[in-house]
Amino acid sequence: MTLSLRDNEVLLASEPAGPGLRKSIYSVPGMSCAGCIAKVESGLGKLSSVTQARVNLSTKRVAVTWDEAQGVPPIQNTLSDLGFESHIQSQMVKVRDTTQSNLLRALAVSGFAAGNIMMLSVAVWSGASDTTRDLFHWISAAIAFPTLLYAGRIFYIPAFQAIRKGRVSMDVPVTIGLLLTFMMSLYDTFTHGLHAYFDAVVTLLFFLLIGRTLDHLMRQRARDVISDLERLVPDSVQVVDATGGHAFMATADILPGMTLQIALGDRFPVNVRVVSGVSDVDLSLVSGESVPKRTEPGDVIVAGALNLTGPLVVEAIAAANQSFLSQMIELIEGTEASRHAYKPIVDQVVAWYAPVVHLAAFSAFAVWYFLGAGIHHSLTVAVSVLIITCPCALGLAVPMVQVMASKRLMQQGVLMRDGAALERLNQIDTVIFDKTGTLTSGMPELVNAEQLLPAHLAIIKRMARHSRHPYSRVLADLSIVGSESGSIGNVSEHPGSGLEAVSEDGIYRFGRADWALKDQTQSIAFQGPVLSRNGEWLATLEFEHSLHSSAAPLIQTLKARGLPVEIVSGDATNAVNKIAERLQVDSACAAMLPAEKLKHIIEREADGSRVLMIGDGVNDVPAMQAAYVSMAPSSAVDIGRSAADFVFLRDDLSSVLTSLQVAQKSRALIIQNIAFALLYNLVAVPAACGGLVTPLFAAIAMSGSSIVVVANALRLSGARSGNQSFRRKRGFRKPSLMPAE
Amino acid sequence: MESYFFLIPVSLFLGLVGLGAFVWSLNSGQYDDLEGAKERILLDDEDVD
Repeated sequence: MTLSLRDNEVLLASEPAGPGLRKSIYSVPGMSCAGCIAKVESGLGKLSSVTQARVNLSTKRVAVTWDEAQGVPPIQNTLSDLGFESHIQSQMVKVRDTTQSNLLRALAVSGFAAGNIMMLSVAVWSGASDTTRDLFHWISAAIAFPTLLYAGRIFYIPAFQAIRKGRVSMDVPVTIGLLLTFMMSLYDTFTHGLHAYFDAVVTLLFFLLIGRTLDHLMRQRARDVISDLERLVPDSVQVVDATGGHAFMATADILPGMTLQIALGDRFPVNVRVVSGVSDVDLSLVSGESVPKRTEPGDVIVAGALNLTGPLVVEAIAAANQSFLSQMIELIEGTEASRHAYKPIVDQVVAWYAPVVHLAAFSAFAVWYFLGAGIHHSLTVAVSVLIITCPCALGLAVPMVQVMASKRLMQQGVLMRDGAALERLNQIDTVIFDKTGTLTSGMPELVNAEQLLPAHLAIIKRMARHSRHPYSRVLADLSIVGSESGSIGNVSEHPGSGLEAVSEDGIYRFGRADWALKDQTQSIAFQGPVLSRNGEWLATLEFEHSLHSSAAPLIQTLKARGLPVEIVSGDATNAVNKIAERLQVDSACAAMLPAEKLKHIIEREADGSRVLMIGDGVNDVPAMQAAYVSMAPSSAVDIGRSAADFVFLRDDLSSVLTSLQVAQKSRALIIQNIAFALLYNLVAVPAACGGLVTPLFAAIAMSGSSIVVVANALRLSGARSGNQSFRRKRGFRKPSLMPAE
Repeated sequence: MESYFFLIPVSLFLGLVGLGAFVWSLNSGQYDDLEGAKERILLDDEDVD
């Protein structure tokens, strides 16, 4: 691939930034400290055409502004020389997050209003009377009114939508409470009343917005990190036109019949048929098959497969929206996910809490009215019931716990998509694993190294440096005792077959048996790749996909907790059974197509099981979608990551257990918080119905109960996890598994 | 009593200045990279633009 084509890709993804300047954004996941910032910024700054490089460590991105006149700077090469992997961020991906700044602005406005109204209210409570009190009420009203309009709409709009759909969400009682209290207080201000609840209204709004903002920030952060990981389908593809010229084109614009050039190490953007060239393709993310497949002209390759050994010229046989990936997406959309039936705890509570509260307020009004208290006093009592029960503590009780849980998980390298997933995780009773890439690592492992002569291994190792086939990459990293580093003559790669080295001792071949050996009848006996000299057999290598070191302890712990474990894989029966045996998993299904995996999950759920599905490939995605809860490693395909409720960033399956533990703990805290909020109401509601709640009382009760639930939620990140974040920076790893409870 | 007419507008004005300062800092991107901000303290050779 020529440089100018890559430059074209960079240009396509950049945006104009002032006269003659363009701005490109790269995601650099490896940045983690001040040293990295300095290295990246000064390294990129030294490039002549770069005018500014600015790192954002929170999002792990670097924004580079460069001078168009001086050509495209080699940003990615510079970064990789500095030791950082990077992915270009195309402009299509960037959607400006307006919700976040809306929430923060609303929070700032309500915070300002709450502080100032409280200041005036304190004056009223400490004895201001007559004109002074009225004046202070008027000023309070003048501050509260625009605040309620501006900051309150965050609640009114969803509340209105919920009512139209005939549901009750948390927003409904909030909206009713806010508006009724405000109007009542306004009336009292007009009629020179003693009490006005402006401070209660605005403080309530402020507290609820804190909960809402934290909740949003938590989700946003997880989404950002996930979307920055490498994409399965490249954004742009090299197209060969009729005259033989090359051009970059957006993947979405590819039509069937176009000729594409797929370089080594690239993924196939759409379903294609090979026109010329021989190669090996890695299908592990697509179908779960662990052994790369040899392809020849005429073969059909599905989108998402990785080209390993030889450049290919291919013909697109489907547009981007009709490829294998899109079929998977259709399968996903047709799936009725059992998780949709789940109602978060807070919604369950609100569903009966809101009617009870409104009924209490109404009864209070009716009783006082019939006792002859007059309409004004009766209404005041009813409003004070509403304001005191307005789910202030309830609105903070759950988000605070979830934010702390998400922070705790993030420290342990697990991203949580939303809080409800954490609640569902507590209810699972079956764990189903995919094999390739989940239980086993993506890389194969040489299992018969001891039986091989070190001399042979040394030869293979030197040859293997010249290839990016997964076997070669493992062999190139082998440490062999007594092997002198040196060259082995002229090494060439024969795509789809193996490696050949012409040396003084003869011609060495390492690869498929039927290619490396002269005697074809002999070659059938060998399954793995062989090493030969001048066509004579020297050694056979056996590969197996290595188990994650954390897989066995994890499965034992899960079983000890009484959770049945299953393996459902798209790989060959042989490979699956071997792994199942080693892990002592009783139930293993092999050679499953994506639709069969999906069916398996649906059947299990129909039996009443609640399944946690852990997978990484495209073939797992429909099953993950159907499962009650799903998890994926960060190496998973992008639609897998977006289907997963949890994504773990470390190459360590103990993350599964960590998530389960955090889920358990946060469930306990959520229940405690809700119980506290209800207990508080049990005291406050009778007091309010009795007409005892003054604005001062309301202010103290609301703030007090909010502080209690927030403090309780903070227990989730004790001194221990603070310590862990320190250790993480030093590269210190916790022992991988905690004992079962 | 007269002092109210002076002090209340002053306090509200100061509050508004604070609110304005926050909204300005939010819009100018000062909260975009809190992680980076805390690490950048450690850099002593930051370029002056």
